[in-house]
Amino acid sequence: MSATTAMAEPRRDLRMAATLSRRRQRRNFVIKVFCILATVVGLVVLASILFTLLRLGIGGLKVTVFTHMTKPSGEDGGLLNPIVGSLIQTGIGAAIGTPIGIMVGTYLAEYAAKSVLGNAVRFVSDVLLSAPSILIGLFIYQLFVNGHGYSGIAGALSLAVIVIPIVVRTTEDMLRLIPVALREAAVALGAPKWKAIVLICYRAALDGIATGVLLAVARVAGETAPLLFTSLGNGNWSLDLTKPMASLPLAIYKYAGSPADDWVQLAWVGAMLITFGVLALNIVARVALRPRR
Amino acid sequence: MSTTMVETVEKAGIGPMTARSDAALHPARISIRGLDFFYGTNKALKSISLDLPEKQVTGMIGPSGCGKSTLLRVLNRMYDLYPNQRAIGEVLMDGENIIAPGMDLNQLRSRVGMVFQKPTPFPMSIYDNIAFGVKLHERLSKSAMDERVEWSLSRAALWEEVKDRLNASATGLSGGQQQRLCIARTIATRPEVILLDEPTSALDPISTLKIEELIDELKHEFTIAIVTHNMQQAARCADQVAFFFIGELIEAGPAAQMFTSPRQKRTQEYITGRFG
Amino acid sequence: MSQIAVAAPSIRPRRTGGAFGDKVFAAFALAAGLLVLVLLGAIIVSLFIGGLPSFRAFGLGFLTDADWDPVQHIYGAAVPIFGTLVTSVLALAMAVPLAFGIAFYLTELAPPWVRRPIGTAIELLAAVPSIIYGMWGFFVIVPAMGDYIQPHVIDTLDGIPVLQDLFAGPPFGTGLFTASLILAVMVIPFIAATMRDVFLTVPAVYKESAYGVGCTTWEVMRSIVLPYTRTSVVGGVMLGLGRALGETMAVTFVIGNTNRITANLFGSGNTIASLVALEFGESETGSLKLSSLLALGFILFVISFIVLAISRLLLRPRVGGRT
Repeated sequence: MSATTAMAEPRRDLRMAATLSRRRQRRNFVIKVFCILATVVGLVVLASILFTLLRLGIGGLKVTVFTHMTKPSGEDGGLLNPIVGSLIQTGIGAAIGTPIGIMVGTYLAEYAAKSVLGNAVRFVSDVLLSAPSILIGLFIYQLFVNGHGYSGIAGALSLAVIVIPIVVRTTEDMLRLIPVALREAAVALGAPKWKAIVLICYRAALDGIATGVLLAVARVAGETAPLLFTSLGNGNWSLDLTKPMASLPLAIYKYAGSPADDWVQLAWVGAMLITFGVLALNIVARVALRPRR
Repeated sequence: MSTTMVETVEKAGIGPMTARSDAALHPARISIRGLDFFYGTNKALKSISLDLPEKQVTGMIGPSGCGKSTLLRVLNRMYDLYPNQRAIGEVLMDGENIIAPGMDLNQLRSRVGMVFQKPTPFPMSIYDNIAFGVKLHERLSKSAMDERVEWSLSRAALWEEVKDRLNASATGLSGGQQQRLCIARTIATRPEVILLDEPTSALDPISTLKIEELIDELKHEFTIAIVTHNMQQAARCADQVAFFFIGELIEAGPAAQMFTSPRQKRTQEYITGRFG
Repeated sequence: MSQIAVAAPSIRPRRTGGAFGDKVFAAFALAAGLLVLVLLGAIIVSLFIGGLPSFRAFGLGFLTDADWDPVQHIYGAAVPIFGTLVTSVLALAMAVPLAFGIAFYLTELAPPWVRRPIGTAIELLAAVPSIIYGMWGFFVIVPAMGDYIQPHVIDTLDGIPVLQDLFAGPPFGTGLFTASLILAVMVIPFIAATMRDVFLTVPAVYKESAYGVGCTTWEVMRSIVLPYTRTSVVGGVMLGLGRALGETMAVTFVIGNTNRITANLFGSGNTIASLVALEFGESETGSLKLSSLLALGFILFVISFIVLAISRLLLRPRVGGRT
């Protein structure tokens, strides 16, 4: 159509519109179906993992799993020392990482919200949040193990390094949700800033910070790679933090790849325990966070 | 300006308003002399000079953004929390310039208490809300603390309503109760001056009335400064009225005189609801 | 008013101080912040120092040499670098469309009451430990691949140039493709959750005005939501890539663990992380092999740092209040 003198009144071509509309609706339908399928795939994977764990794990669930040490194949061994070792290392890792993470989060939210240094710290912490955990293990190996030998405390330290950025993130986010007026009200009563933070802000953000800590514990409880180079694993009972220490993920790793059927069975029991434990922690954490939203 | 239609109509409808108080002004508890205030490079207060008479109520009025809340935040140095805000000039209390560096801020704030626009109950029990401020400055025995909590809640006209649930969470109180709790929390530290920053703007009329009655009671013991958007509230509560406009103090004087015969035309216009 | 039974407390001496406590607390907070920076620096430096003997021995050739020969003491990083990049990129190619589908479903299509439970289920997928994915992959996916999918695909593609080489036998079930598949499943929840969060930031007015001129849901997504969130979506994808690059345990179970470069995606290979995890236990302190593993760690750190840094920079505007 050339540019004629007067502009023609646009006409509505109903037949064309109907054809186009059918085509558009068809495309929309196809994409909707794809999206539903994608979601189903995600749910099926989760269901498959949980079902596999139950199918292969529940048959081996006996009291001896919790009362016996790891033993050579064929001797009715259990997972007592790996379970205890995991609890110890996860506990110490969280105990070291949590206060540091909370202080960093406090620094970011209360002291350095917009400063250059604050932005750098936030950036680095966010990068560490997703950094490969195996490298954290290598780092702790280089720092504490190389020359001193594998130890439970080295394992705990590597987990602590993983805990820190998780706690930083939730602490900062939660402190930022607290209204400025609440801080000012505390300061207006004559509270020094640190007391306003510790006694008022932390209390107001307690649910959220606790959620972050729970999620961090859930994350490190299943970590395997960093422990390979730090606490190494231990087939015997040992609570000595300066010696190699057993842990559930390492025991699972060792047993799952073995040719002995009873060991593979134990690996599945361990895998079931750790997965359901970790998922339970996640659900508890999410429920705890819920009322704030 | 951000006054609502209703307020404007109210103000216009009342015509010449009369102040309830016709008291002569007492000697100054706080004297502000030549005060400038800056947000970064933006000058928010321009050479303000004003006396707050002892054990009387000073009502600060003016359109939003005129600097009245800013002035309030100078008096307890709340602005110190924010690095790019600063004040220059003199604010004298007992002959001491409280905006000078080297002032013990925590002590100053225990002498000059503040209540905010929105209620700010701490996430803890009613009892602990009161005890929090007291513990910052004093070591009291359990019984003395109980006594202090009862005293301050009584003075804030809240005791009868909460005495049976002192250990309940303060966030469960109604808005009006929360605000009276905040007043109780402030007076529990025995300040000499109380700053009220639009304390009733988030409350319903009945709660507002209660707070206003409370202010009337409290002025026998405390020097009070109240920022308000509500002209009638100023007329009901204030002994002295100060009118601010775009960072300047246009005029201040005894409430009776300010409402009947303001010296400045702009004050007259604002009070009668011609703008705002 | 009879309630004034309690006498007014007298003005008492006030406790001052607090300025000192403030200084101490602020110093602790600052120290903690600096510790994070030091941590990053220490990780980089310690891995570099550990890898130094290997870098010295092989120079830049370390990056291009495909040998990994503990007997001859010759170590090169080309194979694991190749494996890492191939599996990660392939994983992303599979994960991104699916993650987008899930995010689209959760924000626009799903009935409101299922959004929360399904969203939580997808997030739980991210919480399953890596080693569990490894076992699931090894005991469930590998047999399925080896018995059904791989033989079928190999037969179907036989005779088609290029494709027959990309997907060739023998069908062991393990290999680069299987590793990519597991990785894809593992990063889907991260990408989907990020996408969902950024899609939710699009102001409703924009979407409503598009619906107002008669757009379909997909057209609103394509013309309004995606352009509006483009940088953040790419940031979310990069975040997934960062995760995939360093994933260790799951890959170790299913990749086959051989040190060779192959165009056959059904063939076995390795990645930096899987090689380090497997070989570390067999390396002696001070050996060139250990140094080479640390050097690999250093390379992996540099790659993931770059990817994660880009991801953070792209995602930054999404996080409200963080400037």
